[in-house]
Amino acid sequence: MEMKDMKVTLSGVTLQNPVIPASGCFGFGYGMAEFYDINILGSISFKGTTREARFGNPLPRVAECPSGMINSVGLQNPGIDEVIAVELPKMRKSFRQPIIANISGFSIDEYVECCEKIDREEQVAIIELNVSCPNVHGGGMAFGTCASSVSDVVKEVKKVITKPLYVKLSPNVTDIVAIGSAAVEAGADGLCLINTLLGMRIDIRNRRPVVANRMGGFSGPAVFPVAVRMVNQVAHSCGVPVIGCGGVSSAEDVIEMMMAGATAVQVGAANLVNPYACKEIVESLPEVMRRLGIDSLSEIIGIV
Amino acid sequence: MGIRNIYKIVSNRELTRKTWVMILRGDTQAITTPGQFVNVAIPGKYLRRPISICDYSHERGEITLLYDVVGEGTLAMSRMKEGDEVDLLSGLGNGFSTTSVGTRPLLLGGGIGCAPLLNLGRALVRSGKSPIAILGYNTAADSFGMDRWFEEIGVEAFIATVDGSLGTKGFVTDVIRRFGIEGDYFHACGPMPMLRALCNGLDIPGEVSIESRMGCGFGACVCCSVETKDGVKRICKDGPVFRKEELIWK
Repeated sequence: MEMKDMKVTLSGVTLQNPVIPASGCFGFGYGMAEFYDINILGSISFKGTTREARFGNPLPRVAECPSGMINSVGLQNPGIDEVIAVELPKMRKSFRQPIIANISGFSIDEYVECCEKIDREEQVAIIELNVSCPNVHGGGMAFGTCASSVSDVVKEVKKVITKPLYVKLSPNVTDIVAIGSAAVEAGADGLCLINTLLGMRIDIRNRRPVVANRMGGFSGPAVFPVAVRMVNQVAHSCGVPVIGCGGVSSAEDVIEMMMAGATAVQVGAANLVNPYACKEIVESLPEVMRRLGIDSLSEIIGIV
Repeated sequence: MGIRNIYKIVSNRELTRKTWVMILRGDTQAITTPGQFVNVAIPGKYLRRPISICDYSHERGEITLLYDVVGEGTLAMSRMKEGDEVDLLSGLGNGFSTTSVGTRPLLLGGGIGCAPLLNLGRALVRSGKSPIAILGYNTAADSFGMDRWFEEIGVEAFIATVDGSLGTKGFVTDVIRRFGIEGDYFHACGPMPMLRALCNGLDIPGEVSIESRMGCGFGACVCCSVETKDGVKRICKDGPVFRKEELIWK
């Protein structure tokens, strides 16, 4: 079989293939390295990191859904300093590809401080600004659902970093293109979408919400069509590279997402039901490309 | 070798009005110690269901799972048939400690929480210890016969029921008091109020296996975190077994 070209480039950062575990579904990678050699991945978006350590929300914080799941973890992480001192060195031992740093926060100052610190880390190739976490109050999604606050945080962060900045967008908005455009006008180098959809399940026997935080982020194959639609709208309107995310579970989904306009693709919930999901996707991509008559993945980006 | 394998159902039958036993055949190599669990893919459900390993044999390539039918996932599990294939992640979690735990460990189970103690009892007997099992249920109808399984592997077993319809009336601690049972370590699994009572009430060292709704079962999603005296831990990956002094009871 002839070699298939799976390389893609995000703002000057070349990835060996477009497959990236999404933030919050792969930790800092080294835990998953127990299951396979994670160096086959294009990149890893690490667990959403804030200035202070956070436990997150009370348990239970996961719920079953039709073709998907709700989580209300709430940005559990050890804080930026511990991430840099402890998690990144461990990550580097098992992963030698470019890293995407997912940074979240509750104030512009916090985003700025964390981005400035993580920008100095050599292996971090892209900073992913998480303005779309639905599980925290007064931060995360509160920034990402308002065009002017997205613009404000992007402008301030851009002043202190040297690496490409990708803004991770929330689907919980009326007009995703308006938010994406605001981010780009403020200086974002790319966009990543979608974060989870705000959802809720009720335990009808106990008459209370399944997750203790009442609501949570809905993800999994059920949201894939929503993600493809939003990626397609944003990719054709915002003029920057897009990382497609939301319900991707197979090599076919990766190709669909790329045809919709994504330059690279993140895989989230699929890792949680099958720890080998990303490995299987990377390994089956060449055969799926052959079947579809695709020689180079970069040629299909945004063709639909 | 990976943690994900396909198993064939040897049998899947009802033991009581809510408790079922499923025996699976397949690759057991990922299981290294008693008290680990498997995460079962359920047809029609997105998330897997974590179920503790009641017993396993590398020689026979068999895993025994005991589970209560408590919701849609376990209901679907009870409808799986002999010969069906099941996708499992196996050998998950840290498991019980089987060394340096005294010579007379108590195995304290509450309801379906008795399940992982059987294989533990087998391992402890094999390593020359003399465990005693005390099994608590709400009522006689909930007892699924585990006392007999314990006796088959040479472990003396007592029963407590809350309503007194079988064994000693009350809780496992009432059995300890009534018969003056003296252990030098305890391993417990059961509902949280029971585990809290044991950690606070027994003055011997011990460890408990705790239950949680889980996302992945292997530490990636951090949906099942718990704050301990040694920092934040994932029940699925750093647990499910924790030493009594690690846990914080609020």
